[in-house]
Amino acid sequence: MNLNIIISTGSSTPIYKQITEQVKLAIATGRLTVSDQLPSVRALAESLVLNPNTVARAYGELAREGLIESRPGRGVFIIQKRRVFARAEGRRRLEPLLDALLGEAMAMDFTPEELRSVWEEKISQWKPKKGAE
Amino acid sequence: MSETPVIQTRGLTRYYGRKAVVQDLNLEVPRGSVFAFLGRNGSGKTTTIRMLMGLLAPTRGGGSLLGCDIRALTPAVRARIGYLTEEHQLYGWMKVKEIGEFQSAFYPRWRAKIFNGVIGHFGLRPEARVKELSRGQRAGLALALTLAPDPELLILDDPALGLDPVARRSLVESMIYLTRRSDRTIFFSSHDLGDVERVADQIAVLDYSVLRVSCSLETFRGSVQEVLLRFAGVPPTLPPVPGLLQAFRTKHELRVTCVHYTPETEQALRKLEPLSLELSPLGLEDAFISYLGERGEKSFILADTEVAS
Repeated sequence: MNLNIIISTGSSTPIYKQITEQVKLAIATGRLTVSDQLPSVRALAESLVLNPNTVARAYGELAREGLIESRPGRGVFIIQKRRVFARAEGRRRLEPLLDALLGEAMAMDFTPEELRSVWEEKISQWKPKKGAE
Repeated sequence: MSETPVIQTRGLTRYYGRKAVVQDLNLEVPRGSVFAFLGRNGSGKTTTIRMLMGLLAPTRGGGSLLGCDIRALTPAVRARIGYLTEEHQLYGWMKVKEIGEFQSAFYPRWRAKIFNGVIGHFGLRPEARVKELSRGQRAGLALALTLAPDPELLILDDPALGLDPVARRSLVESMIYLTRRSDRTIFFSSHDLGDVERVADQIAVLDYSVLRVSCSLETFRGSVQEVLLRFAGVPPTLPPVPGLLQAFRTKHELRVTCVHYTPETEQALRKLEPLSLELSPLGLEDAFISYLGERGEKSFILADTEVAS
């Protein structure tokens, strides 16, 4: 298992959401796969220095969305395979990230050509994960 | 759930001369919560805590700790409460371990394991003299003395004050350690909203002696919203908007912070016919600053044209 959650306080994203988003990202990129075990609420709370209720809330949310499952006496496990969003939904989720990227690039005076080449380079480094449908 | 709150106050009020320092405070701290008591300097937090601990008589109103009237706290009830003051009053001539042994004599439930654990966590040598300790180490020692009696209720008056980041992290870790027992309650005042965000689940905000908010941290965050309105020209004058905290204008933008953003708020803003209206959530610190900062409309840049419009 490779779970490396980074919490930043003072962010406009609540902490529980930072956890759920990072777990989802880890599943989406294949770093976490079905039957991988997550730390217990208490263990994760202590290692991230957070109120356990915050971690419990994040796990609760992930469980409700069918991504993880708590097995009494055994621990918390990933149960969902990497899932591909419907294209429209995927596009909707990408939109704000693209806006942020463009905004930053414009602020730093990147030309469209430069940005394109950065983008091409990034994509060329990207290997699709196994198990991707 | 309907259990009596661990801390409860009713109309708790304190005057110094003719000035109300704490006014009609109604506070309820549920058992098992980590409750952050927030407010600017001089807003009445320490005065409230001193009244709770029975160190200062209320001018009127009252309250209870662990079900016991704060005007008549018995030694037995006090033994179940850990209280950490802003100034850590410690005997300078004692060694760290001696002060632990000394203090343990007063508490039937003293747990040497906790005491040693906390001083170890703060990197304190048992043989060190108290007067030779740094500010952070003194805080660690004071915290160890407060936690070792295994209190049901922990009241910390600005425990992070003057601590370096490493000592502060140790403090927060110790607080989280304490939540291992779900029946333990922590009530603490703080200015460090990063720590509050990590550790607290409930918050209360005092502003000029008056309690303005008491709710879960998430509820508070969710209730303060920032709205960015873009205009082709100079933004128009803002009409009365329900829940407006602050408005800030630049050349083509109006940035509005509101509490309790409702469809009515949005309607009022849409009437200005902006090119776009964008909602963005605020971090805890920004939400807090908008909430307690000066209200009304502000501008750094367009002060002159403001007068014209």
